[in-house]
Amino acid sequence: MIEVKDIRFTYPTGVEALKGVSLSIKDGEFVAIMGQNGAGKTTLVKNFNGLLKPATGEVLVDEVSTRHVSVAKLARTVGFVFQNPDHQLFSETVEEEIAFALRNFGFDQATVEKRVTWALNLLDLTDYRKTSPFMLSGGERKRVALASVLAWDPKVVILDEPTIGQDHRQKEKLRQFIVQLNEQGKTVVIVTHDVEFVAECNPRVVLMKDGKIIADGEAKRILTNTTLALEASIVPPQIAQIFHGLTFLGLPSDVIDVSEAKKILVEYFQEHRR
Amino acid sequence: MSVFEGFRFRHVTSPVHNRDPRIKFLFVIAMFVVTIFFTELLPLLVLFFLPLPFVLIAGVRREWLRSLRGAVFLASFIFVFNFVFGYLYRSYPTTTTLLEYSLALTLRFLVLVESFSIFFLTTSPDHLSLALEQSHIPYEFTFAFTTAVRFVPVLAEEAQTIMDAQKARGLELERGNFLKRVRNYIPILIPLIVSAIRRSLELAEAMESRAWGSSPKRTNLYVLKIKLGDFVLLLLAIILLALGIYVRYFVQIPQFSTFLPPLPF
Repeated sequence: MIEVKDIRFTYPTGVEALKGVSLSIKDGEFVAIMGQNGAGKTTLVKNFNGLLKPATGEVLVDEVSTRHVSVAKLARTVGFVFQNPDHQLFSETVEEEIAFALRNFGFDQATVEKRVTWALNLLDLTDYRKTSPFMLSGGERKRVALASVLAWDPKVVILDEPTIGQDHRQKEKLRQFIVQLNEQGKTVVIVTHDVEFVAECNPRVVLMKDGKIIADGEAKRILTNTTLALEASIVPPQIAQIFHGLTFLGLPSDVIDVSEAKKILVEYFQEHRR
Repeated sequence: MSVFEGFRFRHVTSPVHNRDPRIKFLFVIAMFVVTIFFTELLPLLVLFFLPLPFVLIAGVRREWLRSLRGAVFLASFIFVFNFVFGYLYRSYPTTTTLLEYSLALTLRFLVLVESFSIFFLTTSPDHLSLALEQSHIPYEFTFAFTTAVRFVPVLAEEAQTIMDAQKARGLELERGNFLKRVRNYIPILIPLIVSAIRRSLELAEAMESRAWGSSPKRTNLYVLKIKLGDFVLLLLAIILLALGIYVRYFVQIPQFSTFLPPLPF
C-alpha cells in the first residue's frame, strides 16, 4: 500500500515538479501514470521508493514514511525498473547482473542461485545466462534489467517507460507479462506515454499535468474523455477515436480495447445485415 | 552534482561577460602572478576583495560563493598543515606570526580559486572556443575542448541517474570500510563509461553526417573584436601587475601580528 499525502517537490534547479499530489495505491492494483513530458510522472514515482523525498507532505509505504528510510531498504518492497537499461548494467554476465541486487539485500548463496534461475526463466533469458549483458540487443537488455528487479520479488514493481524502444511483438509480450504479474497479486505501477499500450492493459489511469493529478480512474473512462485528453496533451487510443466518430450509429463511445471493439462491431453488423 | 551546473551553456550579458575572453584571461594571469608574489596577509586580503566588483557587476554572486565553498575543504587542509608543521618545527618567532602566515597561505589559495572561478563563471564555452580559435589553435582541438566542457553537466546528470538506478537495486554507497566504499562505485562507473563511449561514437556519426571538417577554412558567425572596455581591462591588468611588483620590491609590508599581543602558547 502506497499512500501519497499532499506532496510537493522542487528540484535544485528551481523547477517545481510536484505541486501538491495525493494518491493512494492499494496492494494488487495496476496503475498507469500518464501525462506529457515534464508533467511530473517520474518525479512522483521516484518518491515511492525514496529516491526523492518530498519537500512537504509525506509518502507512506506500508504505513512507514519514506522520509527516514534508505532507498536500499525501501527497494526491498518497491522495485523500480529504470527507463534505460544501460543505466544499470555493469556485470560481466547476465547471471551476475541479476544476482547483484540479491547480494545487496543479503540473501544467502543458495537462495541467490535459486532466484537467479527463477528470474532468468521468467523472462526467457536462460540461454543468455553466461553472456555479457553488453552483447545483448536493446530489448534483451531491457528484459535483463526487469529480471534483475523481479528476482528479489518486491511487492510493488514500478516500470518507468517500459515500452520505449521495444518492437511491437516485444511490447505485446511485455504487456502479457505485466498483466500476469498483476494477476499474481503484485502491485504494478507503470509510467508511460503509450496510450495504445495502456488501452490494451486497461489499468487504473492517473493523469498528470504540470505537477498535479488532473484525473484518476478507469482507463476506459479517462482515455475516452476528449476534454481531458486535450488538457493533458495525450491522443486518445485509435479505437477510442474511431468509436468517438461512430456515435451517430448509436454505438458506445467508451471503447478502447481491440477485442471489445471487434465484438461490438460484429454485433452491430449482424443486427443491421439485410 | 550542482557543482557542474557552472559548465552549462548560458547566454548572459553583463559588462563582465561581454569582455573579450583573451583579455579576461590576461587579467586572470596578472591576478595569478601578483598573488604568487605575496605571502603576507595584508596584500592578499586586498587581492581577495579586488575582484568583488566584477562578481557584483556580472551578477554571479551565488555561483561565486558556491565555488568558494567548494574550495573551503582544501583550504582548511592548507591552513592546518602549515600551522601544525610550522608549530612542530618552530620555524616562526611567535605563534601569532605563524597563525598569520598560515592564514595568508590559505587566503592565497582562495584568491587563486576565486579569480579562475570568476573567469569561468563569466565566460561562456562558445566564447572560450572562439578565443582559442582566434589564437590560431587548430579547430579540431578547440572543438574537442568545448565538446568536453559541454558534456560535463550531461555526464553529471547521467551519473545521478545511474546512482539512482543502482540504489533502487539495493546498493548502499556509504556502507562498509574504505576499500568497500571504493568498490561500491564500480556499478556506477562502468555504466557511465560505457554510455560515454557510446555517446561519443554517436556524436562522431552525427558530426560526420553534418559534414564536419569538409572545408579546411572555416568562418565564424561571431568574431571577437577588442573594444574600449577590453582596453580598460587590459590597462587594469597592467596597473595591477606594476603595482604588485612595486609593492613587492619597494614597500615594507606591515604585519598584523606586530600589533597584536603574542599568543600564550
